[in-house]
Amino acid sequence: MAREQHDYDDIPGTFVFDQDRSRQGYGINMFCMSLMKDENRKAFKANEAEYLKKFNLTQEQADAILKRDYNRMLELGGNIYFTAKLGATDGHSFRHLAAVMTGSSQDDYANMMLAGGRSVEGNRSRSGKVAKPAKAAKKPAKAKAKAKTRSKSRSKRG
Amino acid sequence: MAKIIAGVSSSHVPAIGAAIDNKQTEEPYWKRVFSGFEKSKEWMAQAKPDVVILIYNDHASAFSVEMVPTFALGCAAEFPPADEGWGPRPVPVVKGHPQLAAHIAQSVILDEFDITVVNKMEVDHGLTVPMNLLFGSPKEWPCPVIPVAVNVVLYPPPTGHRCFMLGRAIRKAVESYPEDLRVVVFGTGGMSHQISGPRAGLINSKFDKAFLDNLTKDPKKLTRIQHLEYMREAGAEGIEMVMWLVMRGALEDKVDEVYRFYTVPASNTAVGHIILEPHRRAAKKAAGKAKKPAGKMKRAAARAKTAVRRSR
Repeated sequence: MAREQHDYDDIPGTFVFDQDRSRQGYGINMFCMSLMKDENRKAFKANEAEYLKKFNLTQEQADAILKRDYNRMLELGGNIYFTAKLGATDGHSFRHLAAVMTGSSQDDYANMMLAGGRSVEGNRSRSGKVAKPAKAAKKPAKAKAKAKTRSKSRSKRG
Repeated sequence: MAKIIAGVSSSHVPAIGAAIDNKQTEEPYWKRVFSGFEKSKEWMAQAKPDVVILIYNDHASAFSVEMVPTFALGCAAEFPPADEGWGPRPVPVVKGHPQLAAHIAQSVILDEFDITVVNKMEVDHGLTVPMNLLFGSPKEWPCPVIPVAVNVVLYPPPTGHRCFMLGRAIRKAVESYPEDLRVVVFGTGGMSHQISGPRAGLINSKFDKAFLDNLTKDPKKLTRIQHLEYMREAGAEGIEMVMWLVMRGALEDKVDEVYRFYTVPASNTAVGHIILEPHRRAAKKAAGKAKKPAGKMKRAAARAKTAVRRSR
């Protein structure tokens, strides 16, 4: 079955670690978790493909791990706090991982951060439907109206 | 009676912990970050809380994907620092306050917060970095800490509104604890950052500054921010900011902003920090920790009322 679509899939360059990805990526994350132990890190480094067989991974998940394709790991259900443990096992800094995921050099990435980070402008929406932040001026009125109806329906239920 | 004397929020960037552990705090890059917390440490030394309730999230240290509690309350006597892959951080073991924690569990669950009670837990940088920022690097932490771990790793985290209401329930619990304890509540994490995927490195200072402003003056507005907006505007991991709303909910509606600090970046993250105290009338402000008879009496009267209502 194809992945269910969500509003947040519209955010560019982002793989939200949701319930479905967590289900799908359980093996990836448990593999990464196993790397917290030194003996496991050694066993993995000695024979990576063999070690991965201990975990219930699909072939494409195993390939993503072997190729250190960090974006693909996220897409297939890995979570960054877990995959970072694989990076650490390789002796890589987080900056290295960030450079791999963003397709830039470590220096370029570091310089971008020093200059204030990646701008949200132009990075809000894949569809282009959301080019600006939700208007702060308009929102409260609407939200208030909604909140009122919500609280009404709540009290009915209550 | 115990009472909440202040709320503190701060980012908990792991690289800040590494900079402390590797003694890099004097390097220009890090000095910019640490200098922003000098005043805060002075404030904390004066505030001298008896207990800290620290809202944070675990980063695949104590909780893997095997078990993901949405809200978890640390009720143990102590919480050792976790090994996050480089050995445990060289920080003191965090001592808990099992008695107050038990009281909070008892109270908030009956207040309809189905919190998970945790009697064995290691704590990672999410908790220890804010401790360093506010208390420095002492041999022992100066007071017990009750950790409250919030899931912000597996989507969806609790809503901002729910977090705010948990804060309220915590305040109610603290204020019904019979011992005279001065409690400071920490909300940690954030501010804008994304560390995953091709959009990693995202920072949104405009969003962050508005968040800081409204934390003081219009927190209800913040409770209406949807998860989609956090992730879109403040980065996938910026959603951690819902944890600041637990802290804010634990304070009264009107607060005074005592201090704030904001800088970009610390590694991948916008560092934000704020100290809030319950609102004081202008004249009382200068007196600092002087007595506040009016407020005290009002609260006592309110408590008496609730006590009467309860006994009925």
